[in-house]
Amino acid sequence: MTDAPSYLSPTGQEIVFLLLGAVAVGAALLVVTTRQLVHAALWLVVTFGALAGCYLVLTAEFVAWVQVLIYVGAIVVLLLFGIMLTRAPIGRSADLDSGNRPAAALVALATAAVLVTVVVDGFRTAYAPLRAGGGSAGEIGSSVFRNWVLPFEALSVLLLAALIGAIVLSRTDIRGRG
Amino acid sequence: MHIVYPAVVSALLFSIGVYGVLARRNTILVLMSVELMLNAVNLNLVAFDVWLRDRLHAGQVLTLFVIVIAAAEVGLGLAIILALYRNRRTVDLDRLRLLAETPAPTGSTSVPGAVSPPSSGPGEGP
Repeated sequence: MTDAPSYLSPTGQEIVFLLLGAVAVGAALLVVTTRQLVHAALWLVVTFGALAGCYLVLTAEFVAWVQVLIYVGAIVVLLLFGIMLTRAPIGRSADLDSGNRPAAALVALATAAVLVTVVVDGFRTAYAPLRAGGGSAGEIGSSVFRNWVLPFEALSVLLLAALIGAIVLSRTDIRGRG
Repeated sequence: MHIVYPAVVSALLFSIGVYGVLARRNTILVLMSVELMLNAVNLNLVAFDVWLRDRLHAGQVLTLFVIVIAAAEVGLGLAIILALYRNRRTVDLDRLRLLAETPAPTGSTSVPGAVSPPSSGPGEGP
């Protein structure tokens, strides 16, 4: 790869990326620490939106729009449906965290320390100049339908199986044979 | 773009997801934390695809596949959670400790749980 410029003179793209990354990490922290279930889902929207912005900065436009469509549009709505259907308390509830919170914080801090140390040590000199067009819908589409057709079709069968499985699991008038 | 930036953001997101999976009690919140971890992996995939300049665009295509699998996973997970809620009236992970049916002392056939299930639950069988 090319020679990496200094870290002390960040480009505009890097500044934007770092701001979006800070938003994503902060909103993710609120997702796992907030005391209200619905707020957790809404902070998840902020996280996914900031990540879509990160993808845009990284020139992966198509992935960014798919992220907005599927994560923000579908998955968060599905999670909100789940919250409503399990009659979760809407307001502030005190027992969203289980008893092993200190152990979880310890494990998470250890994971973060190890991962960040290794990643910073391993990719300190890695630098990729950003060029537009690498992740446009045309490029990704031709890549999917030229080189990745078999996994794509297998994935559609997997989605069908998941759909049927969800229907069978959530209907109450389908019984086993036993 | 220094590759360290997306890699560090993704490592932090992954650790936050680990914390959420371990510390949360509500099953839906645990699902949300799993989504955070999947998104951390996606960010890594996109960043390394941009760095390595892969001609097949393996990173971005794999990101799309991970997003699709995450959608399927959330659909199935929520269906399981709803079935669980119908049977036990709770989605708290702390109170779902049974891995096997305990032998009922009085010979009753009711499903053991925190609260007795409704009579039309699917777990009882005909």
